[in-house]
Formats: sequence, C-alpha cells, structure tokens
Amino acid sequence: MVEMKNEVQKVNVEKTERMSYTWQFLKQLVREQTLVLVFIIIIIVMGILTPAFLSLSNFLNILLQTSMIGVSAAGMTMLILMADIDLSVGSVSAFAGVLAALLQVQYSWSTFFSISLALAISFGFGIMVGIVCAKLGVHSFVATLGLLSIARGFALIVTQGHPITGLQESFNFIGQGKIWFIPLPTIIMFIVVICCWFFLTQTKSGRAVYAIGGNKEAARLSGIAVDQIRIILFGVCSLLAALSGVILAGRVNSGQPTASQDFNLDVIASVIIGGTSLYGGRGGVWKTVIGTLILGILRNGLNLIGVTPYWQKVFIGFLIVITVVIDRIQHKNEE
Amino acid sequence: MVNGNDLILKMVNISKRFPGVLALDKVSFDLYKGEVHVLLGENGAGKSTLIKIISGAYKKDEGEIYIDGQKTEILGPSHAQKLGISTVYQEFNLIPYLSVAENIFLGRNPMKNIVFPVIDKKTMYAQAREVLSYLNININPKTQIARLGVAEKQMVEIAKVFATHSKICIFDEPTATLTSEEKDRLFGLIKKFKDEGIGIIFISHRLEEVFEIGDRITVMRNGQYITTVNKQDISKTELIEVMIGKKMHEEDTERKKNIGEEILRVENLCGRKFKGVNLTVRRGEIVGLAGLVGAGRTEVLRAIFAADRCKAGKIHLKGQLVKFNNPQDAVNQKIALLPEDRKKHGLIMCLSVGENIIISSYNYVSKYGILSKIKILNIIKDFIQKLSIKTPTPKQLVMYLSGGNQQKVIIARWLAANSDLILLDEPTRGIDIGAKQEVHHLIFEMATNGKAILVVSSEIPELLKICDRIYVMHEGYITAEFINENLQSDQILHAAFGRS
Repeated sequence: MVEMKNEVQKVNVEKTERMSYTWQFLKQLVREQTLVLVFIIIIIVMGILTPAFLSLSNFLNILLQTSMIGVSAAGMTMLILMADIDLSVGSVSAFAGVLAALLQVQYSWSTFFSISLALAISFGFGIMVGIVCAKLGVHSFVATLGLLSIARGFALIVTQGHPITGLQESFNFIGQGKIWFIPLPTIIMFIVVICCWFFLTQTKSGRAVYAIGGNKEAARLSGIAVDQIRIILFGVCSLLAALSGVILAGRVNSGQPTASQDFNLDVIASVIIGGTSLYGGRGGVWKTVIGTLILGILRNGLNLIGVTPYWQKVFIGFLIVITVVIDRIQHKNEE
Repeated sequence: MVNGNDLILKMVNISKRFPGVLALDKVSFDLYKGEVHVLLGENGAGKSTLIKIISGAYKKDEGEIYIDGQKTEILGPSHAQKLGISTVYQEFNLIPYLSVAENIFLGRNPMKNIVFPVIDKKTMYAQAREVLSYLNININPKTQIARLGVAEKQMVEIAKVFATHSKICIFDEPTATLTSEEKDRLFGLIKKFKDEGIGIIFISHRLEEVFEIGDRITVMRNGQYITTVNKQDISKTELIEVMIGKKMHEEDTERKKNIGEEILRVENLCGRKFKGVNLTVRRGEIVGLAGLVGAGRTEVLRAIFAADRCKAGKIHLKGQLVKFNNPQDAVNQKIALLPEDRKKHGLIMCLSVGENIIISSYNYVSKYGILSKIKILNIIKDFIQKLSIKTPTPKQLVMYLSGGNQQKVIIARWLAANSDLILLDEPTRGIDIGAKQEVHHLIFEMATNGKAILVVSSEIPELLKICDRIYVMHEGYITAEFINENLQSDQILHAAFGRS
C-alpha cells in the first residue's frame, strides 16, 4: 500500500511541478512586463491627453532631458545592486561641471584635458568614499552624505558661488551636439548603459556585484574580492555622476555651482522605479533605463498638460513610494 | 487520559501551495491536552509549513482547523496568540536591549495609573520572578536579554510562553543549539507544561529525543501525512524507514583509503580564541576537529581560510609557507570553507542555484574577466546531476531548496572550484537523516578523489564514522590527537572537557 501511495504521490508531484512551471513562467512574465506595461500605459494616456506629446521632436527632447539622469543612474544601479547607495551624485556632478568649466575658462585648458581632470578628481572622490565604506566599515549612506556636502562646498569655493560662462564650442558640443538627428548626450547614455550591462551580465566582477548585494559575508567567504569591487564601483558611480555634470555644463554653456539640486532624487528614483531592490542583489541597468524614461515622460507629459513643477514633485514622490510598495508585495515570499 | 474533551487542536486535510511546490497535501494532525506530539520528517517534508499555519504565519489554502472543537480560521500571528497558540522558534523573538521581565510581558505589561497609565514595574518584576521561580529558571528578571547565553534566552522565551497562558505550545527544534545539560533542563520544563495540561507540538531531528520526550509521533514526508504512532509501538529503525520512505541499508563506511602527501601543516597558530594550534592534514585523509561549542574549532578553520586574522603561527600548504590576506587568497590556493551557518555565511539566498555553485569558479570560466556562459551552464548541470541536487532548474532561487540540498549546493561550489583542501564546519547541522548520509558519502568520495578534508562537528558519532584521525580541542588548545581505530566516544569527551 505504501508503494501505491508513493506512486500516486509521484504523479501528483509531477503534475504540480508541471503546472507550477507554466504558472511561474507566466507570473514571471507579468512581473517582468509590469514595468514595460506601465511605461506603455503612460505613453498612451499622455498621448490622448496632449497630442503634442506624440511627436518625434518631443521624444528626442525627453531623451535629451533624461540622458544626464540616465548616465548617473547607471552607476547608481551598480551601487544599489550591492546594497550600497551614493547620495552625493548631485554635488559631484555640479562639482565636476564647474571644475571643467573653470579649467577651460580661467586656465584655457583644452576641452579634453579640463574634462578629463574633472572626471579623474571625481573618480578619486568616489574611490576615497569607497575605501571609507569598505575598509573602515562606515555605512555608505553616511560616507556619501559627507561627500554630498564636501563636493558641493568645493563647487562653491572654486567659483566663489558664481557661475562660470564662456565655454568653447567643443565643450558645448558634448551637451548640445547631435549625431545625425540623435542628441549626443543620449548616445553617451546608451553607450554607458551598454557598458554597464555588459559588465554586470558578462564579466566575473559583474556577477560578483549581485553576490555582494545578496550577502556580503557569504560573497567574501566564496573568494570574491568584495572590498576591491565595492571601492572601484564607488569610483565609477562618482565618475558617471561627474560625466553627467560635464554634459549639463555643455548644455547650458556654463558651470553652475548650484546646479543639480534635485539630481540625487531623480537618479535614485529612476533606479528604484526601474525595480532594482534597495536591499541589493536584484535588478539591472536596463530596468533603470526604463525607470529613467518613465520619470522623464511623466515630467514632460505633466508639463505639457500644464501641471506646475511643484505639483510634479508631489506626484513623483507618490510614484516612488507606490513602486516600492508594489515591489515589496511581489517579493514578500522571499523573506 | 485521552478522551474527546481533551482534544484541543484538530487539523483536517490541510493543503498549502507555493509557487513551484505543493508544500502540504491534505495533511491531518491533532493534539490532546497534556501530551507531547512529535512532528517528524526530513527537511522539506512540510513540518515547518504546518507549524506556520498553526501559528498564523501562513494561511492555509484548503482544509479545516478546530480548536477546542470549534471550527476556527487563524487570521494571523497575533490572532493565533489570542487563541492560545505560542511558538518557541529556533531564532528567538526577544528584544535584546530590554530586560527579561519586559520581554516576558511584552505588550501585556501590568499597568498602573499615575495621572495617565504607566507600566507598573514593581508588579511586573514581581510577576516575572514568580513565573521564573515556578519554572525553576534561575535568571534575574532585570537582566538585559543581550547579556544572556543561547540556552538562557530560550528559557526566557519559554517563560514568556508560559506567562501568556497558552493552550498549545510549539517547539521548533529547541535542542539544536543546546548542550546535554541544558537539554535536560528544557525537558524538565516541557514536563511541567504537560502537567499544566498544555498541548505540546515538538519538532526535532534527533530521534533519541523524540523517544525521550514524545508521547505520539506523526511522520510527514514530501508534504504528505504518512502516519501517527504511539512511541511504544515503534522502534527507531522502523521510524527512520517510515521517515525516509525506504529501507535503510547498512551504510558501508568502508572506503578505499588512499592517503598521500601532506597538504596542510599548521604550526603554533594563535588567534583570538585559540592558542598554539598544531595540526596536519594529508591528501585523501579525513581529519576531525572535536570539542565543545566555544572551544575554538570554528575559529581555527576560519583562521586557516583567512576569514579572520590570526595573531601568530605558520601555515604550510603542500610544503610551502603561505600567508593569506583574505579568503580570496585562500580560494586561489584551492582551499574551501563550508561555513557553519550556511544561510548567513554560505549561500547567497537571492541568487539562483546555478550562480551559487559557480560563484567561486569564475576564474576558470572566464577569459580576460569575460564569462563563457556555455562553460558555466555545463559545469552547473554537471554538478547538479553528480550531487543529485533536487531543483526544478538551475535557475531556481537557492532559498527555495531544502537544507540538505542547500548544503549540497555549497559542496558543489567547492568541487567546481577544484579545491584541494576542504574545511567543513558542521557539514550536517540541521539537515535530515537521508541528506546526512548523502553528505557523508560525498565526503568519502572527496577523500577518495584525493582531497584533504578537515571537518568540525559537535556530533562525536559522526566524527567516529567518517574520520581517519581526530584532534580534540578544549578552551582554545588542542588537548588530544587520536587515530580513529577502536576509538571510543568517551575518550574524545574526556579530552573535550579538558581531562586527560
């Protein structure tokens, strides 16, 4: 009798396994598509509300506006995947923008060298924060909160609080140029995103990023160079923030020490709306691109409809919280 | 003793489904006043799921629950508590920086009115003292929880359950981390609970305990109810057979011994919790490290693996003096560590089975840092098959696997990394009998294939079964070394207690 029971049991298990297989696949599909679905719905709704929304020039405009956030959000994604965070991207981006502008305007450096040095120094900032976090065990929230103030301070010190204008044509090209009809910042964003995607999915250090986010100690005991990877990615995140700062400077033809005030919010919001978990280990850089675009399209659409920027802020705040709530519900079983 | 009125809990045809698994398939269970009803089964049999349904952590999909003969829906953990159901979990739900008394009366503190209601501390401590002394627990109710040891915390947890006047009390593997003296005290408490007419559901992997404390035993397997028996009516061997669902064949502990050159030599190693440790492990040899919890065994393994810094001493690997700065160096030199706490230190729960297997071998499957997906997939599939890891696909998240399969994933990880020296810390803790035998078998196989193995275990019979040589540690020192021939467990115990 026990034999028979075993047989029945086996068949049952196989049946449920097959069933749950399809079910799981469907569920995963829906889960993966939620984001894209929301994205499409927003586009349709906006298109119905304002016909001006659905034009090529408007789309290119949205892409241009979101590029700077997208560049920095790619770096932020990698940090958040490791359950770290960088609150200093706004300040670093402003710092890099004014430093590059200053080097060019006051010391007549070439575009290439002024930008390179600004990026290199920002990278150094990131590395230092990384060392403080990885080697001294300070939480990245605190360390980057410090850098937030430090970088903004330097941006104000080197400029005495005044914007620096009069950049060369080649500098402005980075922010305003087009290749064929696509804005250069957008192209830079996609190059950055593709590089990050390749790193995260195709390289050993990239896969290690997910392991570190999932469980730092287990990753360390598996032989992963946790500290090194964290330090370098803090550097890369700062570097990408600086790159977006340089693009912004080129776009507005000047280095603004008080620029990018809401940048932190936008960058972190893009990553979270994209669905990368703040607890680490889950998410990806393409998701962040969609998150960035959702944010950009909403802003653009709300602008066209005539919603004031003040209300937009309220709206986006709600959006962030709702996204995270949905994410929590979807992954409730995993804790 | 058993009559209809004494039936306090009855569960009929309970089913519970999770994505990918039918965790419970029409399981029935009942509990009488003043009895200890043992729930037995391998990991993944559905015991925890059933317990979680009783305690309100999960909702059942199908079936009926009767409490005191009344059909009841358990809505959530707090509702379960109101119904008189309490659980003592393996991980304690105590708040570390509150006092013992505050924890016992958490959320139900005695109050008094001085303008507005405040906690009546005097009464609270008096009542706590009363509960503790009734249960013969010798702990000051004003002590902070954080200062207590594991066993004491458990006692507080039990006092807390007692103070809530529960009717049903669930013990989920309460003895896993206790010494045998502490276990005796716990069983004393459980007997007191019985005398009070409280129904007890007891989960344990240790069959000796099941026979010592249990009245009735219900066996589950693969999410299904198998049988319920009185403990007098069944023998240990029969019980194991029912549990794993097949005849137990006497395992052959014979293996082809092929002991070769020295792989590891540790000289005068000193760390925070151990001093002057000397030991050697040879190729194809299984060496045990015995001792009490806290003797420094885990710390020695971690020091060899460079997970912790050591203060002094030399480590020779294959005859060469080595100095590791971090675990990464150790892994590059083909050393592996299977940690004691596989969830905290071993697995990355949010990643797939496959990624958990390949994580230490990225160097072998990449060129200039870029991974070869085909190679990776082949290795993963190969090891899932070789170690017969039960998973629907390599992409399944490792958190959904049972304990034994999770342990096999970590072993697969180190086999994939082609390690020469394998450090095993409690390799069979918290996994069931069937999986335990499989793990032992894997250890034998690794040794036969020329790995050097150093294993820490708190179960002396396990060490006697698998090891060629055994070192014993006591308070940070190695106090004895035995060749495992006609070795008796009390010889090891003596050394572990520091007597020679």
